[in-house]
Amino acid sequence: MTEASNAIVSPFTQSALDFVKSLEVSGDFGEVRESGMAAFESLPFPTRKTEDWKYTSLHALTTQDYNRPADNFDLDNASELFEVSGLDAYQLVFINGVFVSELSDEISEAGVSAVPLSVASDAQRALFKQHVGNIAETRRNLFTALNNATVEEGVLLHVEKNVQLKKPIQVINITSAQQQTSSAFARCLVVLEQQAEATLIEQFVSTAEEQNILLNQVTEINIGDGAKLNHYRLHTEDESSLHFGGVYVDLNRDSQFESYQIALGGKIKRLDVVVNHNQAGSHCEMKGVYLPKHNQHVDIHSYIEHIAANCTTDETYRGIMADQSKAVFNGRIHIHPDAQKTLANLSNKNLLLSNKAQINSKPELEIYADDVRCAHGVTVAQLDDKACFYLQSRGISRQEAEIMLSFAFINELLESIPVDALRQKLRPLLAQQFTSNESLTQHILDEEIGVCSEGAL
Amino acid sequence: MLSIKNLQAKVEEKDILKGLNIEVKPGEIHAIMGPNGAGKSTLGNVLSGRDGYTVTGGEVSFLGKNILEMDAEERAREGLFLAFQYPVEIPGVSNLEFLKASVDAVRSHRGEEAMDSMTFLKLAREKCKAVNLDQNFLKRGVNEGFSGGEKKRNEIMQMMLLEPKLCILDETDSGLDIDALQVVAEGVNSQRDPNRSFIVVTHYQRLLDYIVPDFVHVLADGKIVKSGGKELALELEEKGYGWIENEGA
Repeated sequence: MTEASNAIVSPFTQSALDFVKSLEVSGDFGEVRESGMAAFESLPFPTRKTEDWKYTSLHALTTQDYNRPADNFDLDNASELFEVSGLDAYQLVFINGVFVSELSDEISEAGVSAVPLSVASDAQRALFKQHVGNIAETRRNLFTALNNATVEEGVLLHVEKNVQLKKPIQVINITSAQQQTSSAFARCLVVLEQQAEATLIEQFVSTAEEQNILLNQVTEINIGDGAKLNHYRLHTEDESSLHFGGVYVDLNRDSQFESYQIALGGKIKRLDVVVNHNQAGSHCEMKGVYLPKHNQHVDIHSYIEHIAANCTTDETYRGIMADQSKAVFNGRIHIHPDAQKTLANLSNKNLLLSNKAQINSKPELEIYADDVRCAHGVTVAQLDDKACFYLQSRGISRQEAEIMLSFAFINELLESIPVDALRQKLRPLLAQQFTSNESLTQHILDEEIGVCSEGAL
Repeated sequence: MLSIKNLQAKVEEKDILKGLNIEVKPGEIHAIMGPNGAGKSTLGNVLSGRDGYTVTGGEVSFLGKNILEMDAEERAREGLFLAFQYPVEIPGVSNLEFLKASVDAVRSHRGEEAMDSMTFLKLAREKCKAVNLDQNFLKRGVNEGFSGGEKKRNEIMQMMLLEPKLCILDETDSGLDIDALQVVAEGVNSQRDPNRSFIVVTHYQRLLDYIVPDFVHVLADGKIVKSGGKELALELEEKGYGWIENEGA
């Protein structure tokens, strides 16, 4: 049986095709758009039988049209959605994929280009054109193909050789509630030349109402020889949001990619992270936390390609599923024949807080080189009764004990976030996922006690 | 203080306590000794309210209240403290955070004002010192990577912070070397008070050289089969438990 083509199966794909046709003709990015379009049209619409989408149903996309979002966002108080107090960063803000200069910084640092494409110079657009679409893979992911087909606006972050970006770049993607189901697109390209260093914080937030909007966002990252990117991807949108995201990374000789990914749940939230160790000596360290609750769904697929020798990967993901939520974690590490002396480690631990919550976790190691050290481990557990009783036997209520133990499950990863302001922003935000009752989170969030616990004692 | 009458309890359908009676008055130290499998640990677990232990008969009155009706946390707040034989490790919850939460819970139950973090910190450091634990242990995960002796000292530190009315030490001496045993015993002795009572559950007489009991009870097959003064412990050490069991028969 041949699989039906996209356009017939899903109103989403039909809407997407209409969307692509409605784009202004752009000479600059014609090439990536056309190849993206071709890939999009050739990929079957994922069903439960599609391996990469086995546990994530796209049924929601087959029932409604997806139009361009309305420009309905009130800029007043918008910064409350994303402000990280105490963080000194450059901000670039997009609402439903559209750049908002009123909320954004103009960044002028020697050796650095950090601009939205809509205001980029010809030279900067040329640089973007040179790199865009080189890393993002369209063969596995329909949404990445579609994102390529719609390249128009986005962020270019380029750091020249030996330059260290002085402040982190905070790229904020806001989605606003829509009357009609809509979809928006966003793109980010990061190029670090030799020995350059930067911190990129990708933040995804939304207004609190029923979202009715799908954001399709792709980030491509090329890290040059000896260069280092500190990367954060923080998803704290409303639970009604739909997100299809991709992070695609090329690592060159002795380069480093350190990434923290935090995802609250959404209606559907899918993130693909693809890291290619293209040249010897590169290092990838990824830490991720996903916390769906209610009926939310989170799906993280990571693909690590060890192509060159002497590279290392250290990957740690932790998930806590509450209520009837579902999470999917698929962690693939692929060691190619030339990737001798690879060190790769993948750990995925999951905590189910309810009998109705689900996790589908699949680690995959595929090894074609003989002199490597690789390990992977997955655990799924419920709260430890013994630990709970221990806390209760000291007067702590069952409710608070459960929250302390749940938070403890992700605390180690949070504590390792090196940017203080981000850590301080995330701790309460994540603790509140377990309860809105502040008296139950007061001890895990007690700052004076916390500071001591962190080492100032 | 504590009055246990004809207490019967089972674990997984197996009867463990079969009519146990003990009367503890304020300020007294009672030692409960007995062979393995007699029900020593079950007693501590039943009194502190652990799930999985079903009381099938009898009464337990603590300061005039029926504690068998209470959740584990309520019992703790009322002033009952169990020092565990095997304290559990809880990575990710810092010792300090845990101690603050428990002290707050207990104080609030007593109607006392919440302690501010700085005052609490000072107090916690003081108690750390008292049990000879490095202050670094405060910021580590609860019991995480602690040695056996450090875990027991952590238990005693918690006891000092919570100021309970009745402390049950469940085989606190197991796995301790002589130095750690002394530290633990000193900690306990420093907490002796006319209004605070102790039940020291132990298999060996050794601990009772350091924590001198007012009464010694022998628990065998779910019942107290013999009671006496501290000299009973010495007799047991000399003759073993078989002597009592034979005497009873």
